[in-house]
Amino acid sequence: MHEGNSPARLKKVFTNGLISDNPTFRLVLGTCPTLAVTTSAINGLGMGLAATFVLICSNMVVSALRKVIPDKVRIPAYIVIIATFVTVVQLLLQAYIPSLYESLGLFIPLIVVNCIILARAEAFAGKNPVLASGVDGLGMGLGFTLALTLIGVIREFIGAGTAFGFQVLGSSYEPMLLIVMASGGFLTYGLLLGIINLLTESKKSHRQKEAE
Amino acid sequence: MSLIVSTAPHVRSSLTTRKIMLNVVVALLPCAAAGIYYFGYRAAIVLAVSMLSAVLSEFIWQKATRQRVKISDCSALVTGLLVGLTVTPTAPWWLVMIGSIFAIIVVKQLFGGIGDNFLNPALAARAVLLASWPARMTAHIAVTAFPGVDIAASATPLVGAEASIMQLLMGNVPGAIGETCKIAIILGFVYLLLTETITFEIPVITVASAFVLSYLLGMDPVTTILSGGLLFGAVFMATDYATSPMHRWARVLYAIGIGCLTVLIRKFGAYPEGVTYAILFMNILTPLLDRMLPNRVYGHSRKKEAK
Repeated sequence: MHEGNSPARLKKVFTNGLISDNPTFRLVLGTCPTLAVTTSAINGLGMGLAATFVLICSNMVVSALRKVIPDKVRIPAYIVIIATFVTVVQLLLQAYIPSLYESLGLFIPLIVVNCIILARAEAFAGKNPVLASGVDGLGMGLGFTLALTLIGVIREFIGAGTAFGFQVLGSSYEPMLLIVMASGGFLTYGLLLGIINLLTESKKSHRQKEAE
Repeated sequence: MSLIVSTAPHVRSSLTTRKIMLNVVVALLPCAAAGIYYFGYRAAIVLAVSMLSAVLSEFIWQKATRQRVKISDCSALVTGLLVGLTVTPTAPWWLVMIGSIFAIIVVKQLFGGIGDNFLNPALAARAVLLASWPARMTAHIAVTAFPGVDIAASATPLVGAEASIMQLLMGNVPGAIGETCKIAIILGFVYLLLTETITFEIPVITVASAFVLSYLLGMDPVTTILSGGLLFGAVFMATDYATSPMHRWARVLYAIGIGCLTVLIRKFGAYPEGVTYAILFMNILTPLLDRMLPNRVYGHSRKKEAK
């Protein structure tokens, strides 16, 4: 895997995070924010972008320091790096997008323990050059953002009849409140995981049939 | 010629799923009839919509996933009927339909179909409807079977409205379609016992433990067991084969759990009624109870074997 920074590899690393190893739908990592903040599309998008920023920065710093950090204390060192960037994001959101800061609440500081970020530091950034690590962070982060926004759009649409805060269904629509509750998060996430598995499985078996 | 190879035992029984389900349908008929008598044509529409959409969604799902269509085993019919009987007669058609579809597709079919569901489908659907449209689900009306009484919004006896024990027994109190007439429920219970569709343990112990606990907590025990959906849930919901324990002592504990949780939720919880959540909670514990308290296998020693 140590192929360095060739453009073909960077592209593969990027699409890997976005689609084939999508952190939410393929690796099933970071499920806590996935379930908790996706009550609206805006929240999902905001959470995804905040995590993407942290992921890119922490991946690059971890990668740059990978030869300096002693193996035995690498996890605490990663956490310190991640926590630094989470603090940056938290202060930036508080200063410039206070409404999003309010609605995400506790889940912004909790990005520190988001397992996607630690997993990428451990699995990728600790072994790869800086540029590739940054691209991996971007791909994974955008994959996470995409998934969270998708879940957010679905839950907001069914549970409130709106999309990104705009009323789309008429006022006679009575929203299904359960979907924006915690149990609705589990339901939506589980059903989406199932549907995505179904689609990719049937594609795979189709390909296998063609090969035969 | 088809050759069927099967393992022992080779005893044939004429008892089929279809027969069991039809027994349940027959046992539910008095409840349905009482509901329609008290709440009028609205209740009939609700029941028709719930049964039709349950059977149709099972049919469409099995067609779409290329499974053998098994609607003739009548289990979807029972689920649909149960969904209809646990909603209020004022429920709009779309609410009932969503309930039936959720029960069949999400709770039953996605977990593997009949016998593989871990929650009672009809009850899970009721919980979803209750959480999603609380105002619609609790818009109870006064009974209309008596002259001079028009349809009027009314509270159930659980949230303060006074009702005599006779009224509770006969069922002319506001509530869900199937749960109000206790005499009809008891008739159904007796029928299920006589046809050996269910055993008496779960319903009787559930109601008895609710009786005892409500007495200990200083509530009126007779009103407790006769109001709300306790009897209906104990007879028709808690006894679901797939979601209740198989072993004797596990069944006892399961029933005590339902009775006690119902009273605790009613007394201390945020909702006036707790039967739905009590049964669903014990449904989830069912596999654990079965593992914890298995029957002693004939021929094995009474003492626990050393590990």
